[in-house]
Amino acid sequence: MFAYYLDLALRSFRRNRILTVLMVLAIALGIGACMTTMTVFRVLSGDPIPERSERLYYVQLDAEGAAGQVAGDEPSGQLTRFDAEALLREARGDRQAMMSGGSAVVRPAQAGLDPFIVNVRYTSADFFAMFGTPFLYGGGWRAADDQGRARLVVLSREANERLFGGEDSTGRSLRVDDTDFQVAGVLDRWRPTPYFFDLNASGGRFRNSEELFLPFQTAVDLKMRRRGTMSCWGDTQGDDTGLNAPCIWIQYWVELDTPDKVAAYRDYLERYSDQQRAAGRFERPTNTRLRDVMAWLRFNEVVPGDVRLQLWLSLGFLLVCLVNTVGLLLAKCLRRSPEIGVRRALGASRRAIFLQFLVEAGVVGLAGGALGLGLAWLGLWAVRQTPVGYADAVGMDWQMLLFTLVLALLSSLAAGLLPAWRACQVSPASQIKSQ
Amino acid sequence: MLQMKHLTKVYRTELVETHALRGLDIEVREGEFVAVTGPSGSGKTTFLNIVGLLETFTDGEFHLDGVDVKGLDDDARSRLRNQKIGFIFQGFNLIGDLNVYDNVDVPLRYRGFDAAERRRRIEEALQRVGLAARMRHYPAELSGGQQQRAAIARALAGSPRLLLADEPTGNLDSQMAREVMELLEGLNAQGATIVMVTHDPELAARAQRNLHIVDGRTSDLDFG
Repeated sequence: MFAYYLDLALRSFRRNRILTVLMVLAIALGIGACMTTMTVFRVLSGDPIPERSERLYYVQLDAEGAAGQVAGDEPSGQLTRFDAEALLREARGDRQAMMSGGSAVVRPAQAGLDPFIVNVRYTSADFFAMFGTPFLYGGGWRAADDQGRARLVVLSREANERLFGGEDSTGRSLRVDDTDFQVAGVLDRWRPTPYFFDLNASGGRFRNSEELFLPFQTAVDLKMRRRGTMSCWGDTQGDDTGLNAPCIWIQYWVELDTPDKVAAYRDYLERYSDQQRAAGRFERPTNTRLRDVMAWLRFNEVVPGDVRLQLWLSLGFLLVCLVNTVGLLLAKCLRRSPEIGVRRALGASRRAIFLQFLVEAGVVGLAGGALGLGLAWLGLWAVRQTPVGYADAVGMDWQMLLFTLVLALLSSLAAGLLPAWRACQVSPASQIKSQ
Repeated sequence: MLQMKHLTKVYRTELVETHALRGLDIEVREGEFVAVTGPSGSGKTTFLNIVGLLETFTDGEFHLDGVDVKGLDDDARSRLRNQKIGFIFQGFNLIGDLNVYDNVDVPLRYRGFDAAERRRRIEEALQRVGLAARMRHYPAELSGGQQQRAAIARALAGSPRLLLADEPTGNLDSQMAREVMELLEGLNAQGATIVMVTHDPELAARAQRNLHIVDGRTSDLDFG
């Protein structure tokens, strides 16, 4: 019978072209607007590192001075170099990495390539294994290279294409600022969105990943330029990145594979904080935080407020479109009451009439969904043309594509419920007599 | 074929109770051609709707081809209606967007026949009413008589045990009315049980039996 209902639906559409076009348009507009904002929302609020996000924790310590302290305040968002190096040295997690953003001038050896500025991430050896960065060639560096201030560099795929034409460049030399580095590895495409491990990085929370990755200690040793936020509260003695500088500017991540380890690490942070206060470094009461990736993103309200508002508005718009579709389907249903009466008299049960009209609504939904998909694609294209930080991260994937069609189908079926119910309530006796 | 005992039908609103049928006792045997007459408002249409399982009744008993229809749910009533009853309406009630073939196909679809069986039955029914050549025509392209013959083909296609005709010639001129009546008489001669509601005493006189309904009650006038 489904094929018969489908055939009747198509006949009905041919018969009421204008009404059908209006219904499809209503669904398409609602779905298009909704899917555009939902896709943006999903990109912005999604898990940037799904397989690992529950094992990766961001560390916060309250190292700032007592001045300006408010009870119940959150601890600082970044660590001092002293604390980051201490935690790294003690290595109480399964893996850990300290890091900061920076910039450098790359001076290509190849003729015809001018020097250019790149974004750099200064970090420690575990960074690559901890975040599961995909390597195209080679790999990262070892903890010993951190300590040895090794002149090693990992390139992004884009940087490698620009500098070495995409070839395997491991072992080759690259001059960064005024120092020669040896290429240890080349990353494959890797763009965690949002850029969770450094939400204070210049370039925004949805930026592309850096072009170069260097050992943190090497960068400090070479006094390379750092970028990103920094907060100082005491006398820096002219060196705000020095080991004992009272400045917070380093992000610190730790990998903890079990809940027990998480609990133990929390205790460790508390103890560490107590010790530092006892030693006179920390002036505030012990106040530590350990948040996994998604909790860290939520805490930082990574999804912009206007995107949330747009999402709710578009859902409201979809609802309005569906209400319109309900009205149009009802109008169509009322016009077809005589036919319904005849069908009932000829043996159609209420269930059969209900299904017939529901299939019709479903077909409208699929057509509206297909058109809405086109509108969503257009909407996302428009978003990509806007100057927002996340613009180039926004795109439709197969999951959203499937979700769009399912949402359109379910929406139209929901919209079709009332008309279908009204249709199956038509009294055949009154209809066949009135014709 | 059809037995009604003390059948009543009361339409109730918040303010009014209308007794459409008041203890109707009727029996129609298999193969009979029964005309139902009566003045307007006497309950003829209510009677036909109840016989056709388009409406429920308030009280009494009703057996259709041996099946007690009281308490049947909508699915069962629809199945029974589809399998045992063929309707012929005064206004033909063809579906305007379907051609003759597809109109005749409607009850067969709900019967669940496969495509080959449906095709065989449709062609046979249209042959019987002389419309085989017009099966791809739409109702608007047919005369009133042809439309009624298409409606009769639709009623016949499922081989129902009972044909219910509500003023089947009411919208036809005398020539076409005669043709339709001859068709119904022919079907009756082939064994079809027919119950026909009519205002026309001449048509009623052509039936074997005339049930006269007044104020929701019946009197049986035998013309046989």
